[in-house]
Amino acid sequence: MSLAAPLGLSARALREAILAGSFSVLEVTEAHLAQIAKHNSELQAFQRVDAESALARARELDAALARGEGNGPLFGVPVALKANMCVQGMETNCGSRILEGYIAPYTASFVQKLLDAGAVLLGVTEMDEFAMGSSGENSAFGCPRNPWDTQLTAGGSSSGAAVAVATRMVPIALGSDTGGSVRQPAAFCGIYGLKPTYGRISRYGLVAFGSSLDQVSPFAHTAGDLELVLEVLSGLDERDSTSLPLPAFEPERPAEAQRLVGLKVGVLKHELNADVAPEVLVQCQAQLERLEAMGAELMEIELPHLSYAIPTYYVVATAEASSNLGRYDGSLFGKRIEGDGSLTGMFEATRNGAFGDEVKRRILLGTYVLSAGYAEAWYGKAQRVRTLLRRDYAAAFEAVDVLASPTAPTTAFRLGAKKEDALAMYLSDLFTVPASLAGLPALSLPAGLTSNDTGCLPVGLQLVGPALSEGRLLRLARALESSQTSALPIPPLCTEIR
Amino acid sequence: MSTSSNSGLYREGNEWVSESSGKRWVAVIGLEVHAQLNTRTKLFCACEYRFGAQPNSQICPVCTGQPGSLPVLNGEALELAIRAGLALEGTIAERSKFDRKNYFYCDIPKNYQITQYDEPYCRGGGISLESGRRVRLNRIHIEEDAGKSTHTSGNFTLVDLNRAGVPLIESVTEADMDNAEDAVAYVTALREILVYVGASSADMEKGELRCDVNISVHPVGEAWRTKIEIKNLNSFGHIAGSIEHEIPRQIAAWETGDPERYPVQETRLFDAQLGITRSMRKKEGEADYRYFPEPDLPPITAPYNRVEELRSLLPELPAARRARYMTSLGLSAYDAGVLTASHDVADFFEACARLSKEPKEAANWISNEVLRAISGDEFDAQNIDELPIKPFDLSELIGLLREGVVHSNGARQILREMMKSGKAAGALLLELGLQQVQDEGSLKAWCAQALQQKPEVAQQVREGKEKAVGALMGLVMQSSKGKANPQRVRELLLQMIAESDVS
Repeated sequence: MSLAAPLGLSARALREAILAGSFSVLEVTEAHLAQIAKHNSELQAFQRVDAESALARARELDAALARGEGNGPLFGVPVALKANMCVQGMETNCGSRILEGYIAPYTASFVQKLLDAGAVLLGVTEMDEFAMGSSGENSAFGCPRNPWDTQLTAGGSSSGAAVAVATRMVPIALGSDTGGSVRQPAAFCGIYGLKPTYGRISRYGLVAFGSSLDQVSPFAHTAGDLELVLEVLSGLDERDSTSLPLPAFEPERPAEAQRLVGLKVGVLKHELNADVAPEVLVQCQAQLERLEAMGAELMEIELPHLSYAIPTYYVVATAEASSNLGRYDGSLFGKRIEGDGSLTGMFEATRNGAFGDEVKRRILLGTYVLSAGYAEAWYGKAQRVRTLLRRDYAAAFEAVDVLASPTAPTTAFRLGAKKEDALAMYLSDLFTVPASLAGLPALSLPAGLTSNDTGCLPVGLQLVGPALSEGRLLRLARALESSQTSALPIPPLCTEIR
Repeated sequence: MSTSSNSGLYREGNEWVSESSGKRWVAVIGLEVHAQLNTRTKLFCACEYRFGAQPNSQICPVCTGQPGSLPVLNGEALELAIRAGLALEGTIAERSKFDRKNYFYCDIPKNYQITQYDEPYCRGGGISLESGRRVRLNRIHIEEDAGKSTHTSGNFTLVDLNRAGVPLIESVTEADMDNAEDAVAYVTALREILVYVGASSADMEKGELRCDVNISVHPVGEAWRTKIEIKNLNSFGHIAGSIEHEIPRQIAAWETGDPERYPVQETRLFDAQLGITRSMRKKEGEADYRYFPEPDLPPITAPYNRVEELRSLLPELPAARRARYMTSLGLSAYDAGVLTASHDVADFFEACARLSKEPKEAANWISNEVLRAISGDEFDAQNIDELPIKPFDLSELIGLLREGVVHSNGARQILREMMKSGKAAGALLLELGLQQVQDEGSLKAWCAQALQQKPEVAQQVREGKEKAVGALMGLVMQSSKGKANPQRVRELLLQMIAESDVS
């Protein structure tokens, strides 16, 4: 077997090949480490690669297999984590100077589930600082590049994880999605990303940004792999009180999984569509027509309070963030800057010196919307709008089974293009934020490539369903996947995978 | 009543009279009491907490606020809190929630405290004091404790997070008190109730009960004035001392007539050594804690059925018990107080009184002997449950005493043995040979012997000094090795002396 051979396979295919003896776990691990080594300096997907421990783990798994043990659902599958996920003994810096050198004293529940399923951790991927950003440019360390065009953003905040999967450095990676941080980079990089129903996957060990919105969310390059990861990670975790009291996700049975006839797909009609790039609309329309051809019914649907989603999101998320990030003051974790020698002096110097601009902006915003005299007008009102938005969705799902829209209004934009314009950056979350506010599952699937003078760029189609309808979203994603005439396109710079 | 010499004030009942202005002042006092819930583990994690443990030895990712960690409510804490709320006659909310109180300090690892802001789990209730005053409760809420910081001389602050995350309930009274005695009586009663229902050990020396006093003064008939908070009082003496210092201080400040010197809204601390309060920080309006609902914890639901179940399991409270012991069992106020000081003792007493049908005897034996045994260190027990003796054993002993089978000294010996070995009273009676000699022949022989030994005493008795008979009784008790029934011996001696007089 050549080393490159396991590359490009899905997690399911890799596991089967390993169990069938076609590859050893070590070969699979080495091949993916080599892929990282080849592209990471250019693309900066990984912040840290733990090659040694990955290889040691691979040998252990091979030994276990030789003894006839081990056939976990992710057996031998290389995975990557986002830098806001805790693994005992490893640095968890959230892309921030303030947590540089912070070694997590415990392992996240969902990471433990990955390990128990037999996965091999290859390393930690780059992200916008504390998951605040839509371009990866807010990391204190490296800024990931879009593999389709390295002048462009990979999206964010789970930028590195998206790039890693898009370039097949790993078949699956975990990101976290608060307002679109997995779906938007999945769309920009041409892969799948699934934000599950709020509470599906335990947040224990995911460093909090907006606690009522955050969800661990997987990337994959097949719909089937998303399903596999959801199966492994979901289910009640006693350590997270917001974790839903349900067993793990069960995939739909084959008969059900084929059925598309009569499924009602709501197409979001809204004045905001005016802001969507025409080439994005064209690609999404093409996917919807495929669904229709397979028996689904398309209907226009409106969410009356949709235009309030962005402001509402930036009030709720920043309010929670301002509190969640209070603990980084130099006294207990991460970086300390002494300042004038007083306690408050240390707090101020540390927070001033070690948080990036975007994080500071959001802490200020969040502090303001919670402050006495303003809290009711801002935070209180945002909570009420959130309820209205939930009702909008509930009403919509009386009429349709899923809602479809572009994942992002444009394809990947140029690095630096929106860095100085926070509002423009925030508006790129237009379609992803509403489902986050309502706690609903949302999946971004690759909807082909645009072709214009700037080159070929991926477009993402987003499907949103009622709570716990991940099975239905995956059914549609799979149907579209299998209806494609050619395999999912791979970034041209990945010449080794064909 | 008392005169505060340096301030020119004297007290008349609950009013303070200024000697210079002649004005009469009253105080308005409300209390906020933090009590540590008696749980095995902390409020939001599985760490155990023991007072005085090695610093930072009882911590985990959750109570140290490690990034990514999440709180999980300790169900035991909620149940104890509900018990306390019910015992304090409050109304348990079917739905309440937790909020975050945000502020920066080194002993609060997350830089927010999880507490309950606008939807506490319990509202209303109160305590009726023995003085007749009713102190109403506004609310009780659950919250986590902070760690402990110690500032060292070397410009370091040492932080011990063992206490961080320990469950507390904070009960807030209405401003229904106006003097130190009532404040102390209120905290005493509150403490007793919390201990009684098992909600808290409320040991003030260990900081398990801490009190903040809100206090203001105003001339009789006028509007209330600026409120001052005295924080962190951890003994009854400090509560009383701080109020007794603060009332004249505030009155004197108002009486200067100089607005510059009027009391300002602030937090003060009590200096126990000097017996005065000192300003800790001035408040610029209310501190902005940016409260908002804790997104990591779903709202608490206390289903009606469960609350009613907890209510039905509540023990009768000490005040009610005391009253019942006095009115229907005829005990003295003192005995009733001693027996109801702890739930276990009261239960033991009641069982014993029921079995022996002699409540007063049972009360005497328990308060004089059993409680003395557990307060000393001769017995390896701190409370009544740890002694091997059961209520049935003591009631049996009371029965033996009543029937004259054993005399009281013998019974005392038997009781001591019972408290050591747990053996039955009847068995010990035989084992120790303490059954009283009732047979008249032996008793008469011993009496005759005594009269022979000390004829002069018999003479004294004849001359009317009946008390002298005690010396003869002593001789009889000696010869009988303490087994003679003293009552009967006395009768026989007097009878025999009288008879010899006739002869």
